[in-house]
Formats: sequence, structure tokens, C-alpha cells
Amino acid sequence: MNIIVLVKQVPDTETRIKLKAGSTDIDREGINMVLNPYDEFAVEEAIKIKEAGGGSVVIITAGEAKAEEAVRTALAMGADRAIRLDGAEFAGADSYSTAKALAKAISAEQYDLILCGKQAVDDDSVQVGTLVAAMLGIPSVNMVTKLEVAGGSMKASREIEGGHEVVEVPTPCVITAQKGLNEPRYPSLPGIMKAKKKELKAVALGALGLSADEVGAAGAKSAVVELSLPPERKAGQVFEGEAAEIVPKVVKLLRDEAKVV
Amino acid sequence: MLNFDLEQDQLILRNTIRDFAEKEIAPKAEELDEKEEFSVEITKKMAELGLFGMFVSEEYGGSGAGYISYIIAVEELARVDGSHAATVAAGNSLGIGPIYYFGSEKQKKEWLPMLCSGEKLASFGLTEPDAGSDAGATKTTARQTNDEWIINGSKIFITNAACELSGVTIVQAVTGKLQNGKKELSCILVPHGTPGFTQRPMKKKMMWRASNTAELYFDDCAVPLDNTLGKRGDGFSQMLSTLDGGRLSIAAMGLGGAQGAFELALKYSKERHQFGVPINTFQTISFRLADMATEIEAARNLLYKACWLKQNKRAYSKEAAMAKLYCSEVMRRVTHGAVQILGGYGLMKEYGAERFYRDQRLLEIGEGTSEVQRIVISRHIGC
Ligand SMILES: Cc1cc2nc3c(=O)[nH]c(=O)nc-3n(C[C@H](O)[C@H](O)[C@H](O)COP(=O)(O)OP(=O)(O)OC[C@H]3O[C@@H](n4cnc5c(N)ncnc54)[C@H](O)[C@@H]3O)c2cc1C
Repeated sequence: MNIIVLVKQVPDTETRIKLKAGSTDIDREGINMVLNPYDEFAVEEAIKIKEAGGGSVVIITAGEAKAEEAVRTALAMGADRAIRLDGAEFAGADSYSTAKALAKAISAEQYDLILCGKQAVDDDSVQVGTLVAAMLGIPSVNMVTKLEVAGGSMKASREIEGGHEVVEVPTPCVITAQKGLNEPRYPSLPGIMKAKKKELKAVALGALGLSADEVGAAGAKSAVVELSLPPERKAGQVFEGEAAEIVPKVVKLLRDEAKVV
Repeated sequence: MLNFDLEQDQLILRNTIRDFAEKEIAPKAEELDEKEEFSVEITKKMAELGLFGMFVSEEYGGSGAGYISYIIAVEELARVDGSHAATVAAGNSLGIGPIYYFGSEKQKKEWLPMLCSGEKLASFGLTEPDAGSDAGATKTTARQTNDEWIINGSKIFITNAACELSGVTIVQAVTGKLQNGKKELSCILVPHGTPGFTQRPMKKKMMWRASNTAELYFDDCAVPLDNTLGKRGDGFSQMLSTLDGGRLSIAAMGLGGAQGAFELALKYSKERHQFGVPINTFQTISFRLADMATEIEAARNLLYKACWLKQNKRAYSKEAAMAKLYCSEVMRRVTHGAVQILGGYGLMKEYGAERFYRDQRLLEIGEGTSEVQRIVISRHIGC
């Protein structure tokens, strides 16, 4: 099976985020960037399918040169080769223009299955996988926790409200990975060393076959107009005394100050 | 040209080991320390990751990732737990290292693949009850018969030498007398299971409680002459060179442990409120954290430079001693500060700071005490 995995590099979830002054972006200087955790599930699943039945795993990302670290991590886990959409034109994209560029890159490849994380933990838009499927005119199943190859189709399990659903879709299709799909392997050191020699092709806009107004900020359907950090949490308040005495005080504060009841 | 950027594979490695240490070691570290238990399971997992044989070339089963990568790995392990960093550091620097650097082709082919895969651990038996800092005072002897060494004596404090995975110990022994009257010292590979070779785990350690430490006894223990590491009589210089490399990994443990204790204290200082404000708003606390961060930065630069010298085949003995001395003392100051910042909780096992505090203590003693490092450095600077 020929599998394509879409990945994104995101700030480590432990990172203290700072805003970049005068912009609607965060300050990326000096922060630790990692492979999006949900994409790790996607990469692992692709490698497992390949290990069981053969085929190839190709990683595609749209991101600046720094994102090659995340791509190499996926290669170190066992993917075969990778493509990075390269160029300033791709910057400032929204989910739509990102999906557009990715779909175009995918259509130049042979594929039976496209895997990606259900969302990237930085912008949490949860759209790219579905958009890519729509643009390629193929079905998609979101938030999958179990995946089986069943002849020319995929059997995907999902957790739904109060239950469990199994969906069958013909290939090619897009599957987005939810936590629980598998236990991603750690890239081993020999794997990291081998990944250095695997093909990682930077594809520029021209070679992709799209025009500058179709990608990045120019091709976006939406724009971020404001970005702010959550307000600092204030110190908690401790009430002491008998329950009968403090409960009314707490209720009053919850109503008048916190405005939650 | 000066360049402080790590290679891409080193950044990936750092993230990978950090992730591994946080997920696989951190949840068990306190319990293993408490029970004084060596974990075969975690050691096997570390081996699967490729943590043994990082500086060994691929033909012998290593990953050829180089010395700086190895040091980053030890640093990241020590950021979470000293014992597990010790298992890897001793396995590599003291076990695999001498065989890789001085072993014959036959010895390398025989041992390195199984040591790099983590099937077995190698150890370095230098210290004796009466030969600590004065490593040349070795009393263990190896007497030559026709085609065998007959070894008699004992060793103490040998890391990785009395656990299920222990496979071979490199034993420094007196093999004769030189013309100048000095002892002839040689290193001999002694496989575990050889008759006359027994091991006893040493318990009740203050630190590195999940790392395996052993006393070794040799009682007419016979091994083939072929088991001599490199040339007969090279034992002392092999030992000195092994310790130079070993010092870098002890330094990495100091750096990583300092980093871990610092992060813990920083996080705590933001969450802990006294007098109605987070304690890191008190200048005494924030300045102390600032000092910790500064010293850690200086320690990292010194250590990485020493590793860079080694990786580029330059002389690095002085810098290795400096890095070992400095990083272990930085960790002392940082762990002391971390316990102080956590107050009473700093003294409780559950909070983690005290384990860093205890584990630090070895770093000023093992592989040459801080006094010995100062002797080495003072000789280098011409005293
Ligand atoms: C947990 C652990 C693991 C270890 N692992 C290994 C291992 O794998 N392999 C191995 O071979 N060894 C190992 N060691 C041994 C370690 O290297 C020795 O403990 C160390 O070299 C110090 O020797 P000593 O304990 O005999 O102290 P001593 O040499 O007796 O030193 C006692 C004190 O005297 C000082 N001193 C000694 N000589 C001088 C001098 N000339 N000038 C000034 N001060 C001096 C020392 O600095 C120290 O403060 C390990 C030790 C421990 C505790």
C-alpha cells in the first residue's frame, strides 16, 4: 500500500508561548519545535501498515526549513522519503490554502491512503485532513482510533458520544488519527542516522504547479485578526470556617465575581 | 568560524531521548530508587533506542552518531534520572569504549554487537579496596601460564557488573614488573560465568540506587591470553584514556541533573504562593534561579566544547577534567538551591528534588574525585 502522511511541526506543548510584537503570530525564536503529537500516530500507523503488507510511506509537509526536523523525525521512525513545500509564498496560509497546496503535492504521487493527525496542537483548526479529501474528491474518516486494511477498503473505528462506530471506506481515502490509534515508536538512534540519508525533496511553488495567489496568505479564505494570550490566573482564595458559614460566601463570589452560577 | 548550532539529527535525538525519559523512566524512577532496584526492562528499552554504542561504527553494531550525540543522550537521561544515565554512561564510556578503542578485531567482533544491542553490559574494573584515586596501586594480579592468565584479587564499586545483563568486565591487573621497577599493568577481558569470577551487588547506596554497583572477586580465575585488551602493559594508558572519555559522561550527568533540578525548582517557584504571591516574585528566589540558569549555560558550553575537541580528534584531556569538575559542582549548587526553593517539600522523596540532590554526590567522587580533577588540571596548566 502506498501511504502518504501529512505532518506539521508545532511548538513543544511545554513551551511558554510569547506573542511576536505587532503581528498575529507567536514568537518562534528559541522555542523547541516537535512533530505534532497527533501526526506521530499517523506516521506510526503508516509504518505499521507498511511493515505488515509492504508498500511505501511518503511524508509531506508545508513548512519552513526548520520543519525538516519534524520530517526527519518521521523518516527516523521508518518513513521512506519526504517532500517539503518550500518558499515564502506558502507562509501565512490558513487551513484552506494549506490543504490546497498539500492536495496538489499529493496528486503528483501514487497513493492508496492518506493519513494525518486529527488536528495540529498549535492552531487546533481540525480542518486540513477533511479539506484535502474534499479537494481530491475522496472520502475521509476523522478521529480514528483503530484502523484495518480490508482489501480495497479501510475499516476505521471511532469513538462517538456514548459508543463506538466502525466505518468502511474505499481506498484511496483520508484517515485522521486520534489518540489511542497506536503507541508511536521512538525513533531509534540508528533510525535517526539512516534518516539523514533519506530523500527529502524541497518543492517550490513553480514545480508544484500552483500560482502565488492560490497558496499561503494570498490563497487563504480566512485571516487571523487578533491573537492574545489567556489572562494570567489569579491566586486562589481559601475560605476557612464552618461549612454553613462559608458556603454562602463562596456562592456569592461565584455569582457576583466569577459569574459562573 | 564559531558555530553553536547543533546538527539536525542531534536536535531530533534530544527531543527523542527527552520524550523517552519522561514517558518511560520518570514514572518509575522514584520507586526504583526507593527499592534500590536495577531495571532490566528499562535498560532493554534504552538499548532498543540505540543508546548503547552511539559512538561505535555501524560495522560493529553501533549507530555512528558520534560523541556529542552520546553526551546529549546522557544529559537528557540525567535530566530525569541519574541512575539510568549512569547505566548508559558506564555501559558506553567504561564498557564499550575501551573494547572499541583498544580491542583486537576479534574482540570487537565478539563483544561489540551484543553490547551495542544491549543483550549484555560491559563494565570497567579498575577500583580496588586499596586502589581508589591511586589507581596505579592495583593489587589484583594476572599470572601467565602457557596460554592463560590466572587472575587473583578483587575490585570494588564496579558499575553494571552484578546484574542479569552483565556480560564482561575489563579488569586492570598487574601482569609483571617493568625494568624501571614499576608495575606492568594490563587490561584483561573477563567474561561473566568464567569459573573463579564472582560478583556481589553492593547495596545501601545513598545515590544511583537504581544503578547496579558490584564487588568482584577473582580466585584463580583463568582466561585465555587472547583476552588481553590491546597490548600487554598498555593497561595504565588505556585506563587514563578511558577515564578522559568517562569524565565527559560524568560531566553530562552533572549538566543534565542540574537542568532537571533547575526546571523543577523554576516550575515550583511559579506555583507556590506565600504571602499572597508566587515565591518567584521574591528577589532572593528569582536571583537564585537566574544564577542557576547562568551556571548551567556556562557548564553546557564548557562540556560541549570538550566533546567537540574529542570528536575532532584534538587534545581534550584538560577540558574533560574541567568539564567534569565544573558540571558536577554546578549540579551541587543547583540541587542545593532546588531543595531550598522547595522548602520542606524539597526534602520529601515525592517531590523529586531530593533525588537530584543525592544523585549529585557521586559526581564529585566517581571517575576521579574533584580533588583528582584539580590535580589533573593543575598539571595541565603547568603547576
Ligand atoms: C556508585 C559508584 C560507581 C563506581 N563505578 C566504578 C566503575 O564502574 N569502575 C571503577 O573502576 N570504579 C568505579 N567507582 C569507583 C570510583 O571511581 C572511586 O570511588 C573513586 O575513584 C575514588 O576512590 P576512593 O573511593 O577509593 O577514594 P580515595 O581515593 O580513598 O579518596 C578519599 C579522599 O581522598 C582524596 N584524595 C585521594 N588522593 C588524593 C591526592 N593525591 N590529593 C588530594 N586528595 C586526594 C580524595 O579526593 C577523596 O576526597 C565507582 C564508585 C561509586 C561510588
